[in-house]
Amino acid sequence: MVVVDGLSKSFGRLKVLDNVSATFEPGRVTSIIGPNASGKTTLIKSILGLVLPDAGSVTVGGEPTRNNPASRREVGYMPQEPRFPDNLKVSELFAFIQDLRGVRPEGLDALIALFELKPHLNKPLRVLSGGTKQKASAVLTFLFRPKVLLLDEPSAGLDPVASSRLKDRILEERERGATVILTSHVMSELEELTDEVLFLLEGTVRYRGSLDAIRTATGEKRLERAIAKVMTGEVNLDAASAHLPTAPVREGAA
Amino acid sequence: MNTTLKVMKYAFFDLMRSRWILIYTLFFLIATGGLLYFGDDAAQAALSSLNLVLLVIPLVSLMLGMNHYYYTRDFVQLILTQPVSRPSVFIGQYAGVALPLAGAFVIGTGVPFALFGFSRQLDAGMVVSLLVAGALISLVFTALAFWMGLANEERARALGIALAVWLGLTVVYDGLVLYFIVVAQAYPIEGAVMLLSILNPIDLSRILVLLQLDTAALMGYTGALFRTFLGSATGAMVAVAALLAWVVAPVALGLWTFRRKNF
Repeated sequence: MVVVDGLSKSFGRLKVLDNVSATFEPGRVTSIIGPNASGKTTLIKSILGLVLPDAGSVTVGGEPTRNNPASRREVGYMPQEPRFPDNLKVSELFAFIQDLRGVRPEGLDALIALFELKPHLNKPLRVLSGGTKQKASAVLTFLFRPKVLLLDEPSAGLDPVASSRLKDRILEERERGATVILTSHVMSELEELTDEVLFLLEGTVRYRGSLDAIRTATGEKRLERAIAKVMTGEVNLDAASAHLPTAPVREGAA
Repeated sequence: MNTTLKVMKYAFFDLMRSRWILIYTLFFLIATGGLLYFGDDAAQAALSSLNLVLLVIPLVSLMLGMNHYYYTRDFVQLILTQPVSRPSVFIGQYAGVALPLAGAFVIGTGVPFALFGFSRQLDAGMVVSLLVAGALISLVFTALAFWMGLANEERARALGIALAVWLGLTVVYDGLVLYFIVVAQAYPIEGAVMLLSILNPIDLSRILVLLQLDTAALMGYTGALFRTFLGSATGAMVAVAALLAWVVAPVALGLWTFRRKNF
């Protein structure tokens, strides 16, 4: 479980997160949606401890994350754009991260097979395409069987085969009881994976509930249009969700 | 500590693979070997080597240190998503670059002196002080490079600052000190001038090496002051201590910035 409490973060004068509170439960996929620059990545990076919040706290599995590297032991993170040292080979990258963690999990070969990385293992990372780097990043994310998965636009740049396999894997992890937190602009991905959405706008949580509730409230069948309506403010979900008793709203909007 | 060593090992191998470090070692081997082979006097070769050290090491340490910092910036982010502490990552990265740079100089300069030097009335104290001075300013300027990199998101800006610092400390600083001495010569300025040389790590390295010489004329005003007021041995110790402080200060500042940085 991941608990975010009263999180605020500014970069200079720009307030990116403003008193965000949310609980992410195990065995569920929570998708953070919102327009570009609404604070999604900053929220994920705050959970990881990469971004240090100005106020508020984050706990992962009950452990506070601030100045606590051990809290990341159970966290797998897939960044938006993975960037690796040019000269390093894929196999060396995997070896280095395992070395750093001091564990050699068994699933490495299976993950390499799943994402068809075997032909690339001895290539330096600089010659790999964006999609192949993304696959390498996926292997590292799942390798240590983390209890918490933070996936920042995970399928961006992946081909349909890899993307489907990734989604299957995410669902498997969910069944295993992992807490999955995801951001995505890919509608099919949201539709296949999401149990619940957290809608961020200008650094605050505007809505929390199901995708169906967004569709019903906006009267749009197509998810992309429905979400767009919410993002542009044409439909106010705070009010809309109140009239939807069937929608599994867990916590009201902040 | 364990993490520090792993990160350091990684940074070291990465540096080795870029071949720059090899070229850098060869440069010192050839330059020092040439000075010793073609010159008659080992002490003179050591002096020429000193001038090379004072110009080249700061520049190369700044450039390679900064290059490595920016090159691994994204990868450091990945490392920090693992269960490792920030200080251990920073120290590991720094040591993984600074120690090979210092080592490249010590090997590149020490080996030719060991091979040719002793047959030519070489003063071992001078060579040792040269190696210590070069190794220490490698550590100083790599630390400055990391700190400048951390303080500037923009690579071009950091590079500009680094070049300005290099030029300032190698060329402009001496001019200013000289100007100060000329202007203030009527006053007792020995203390102030000594302080000024402690504030410049390149001056400190020069003094450290020249203190081993008997020829006071080569020492310059500041070197002569060190010898007069502190004597060779104490002077050398003060210079080494000040150089160590010059290593610790930017590393501490870099660490402080790194711990508070948003990635």
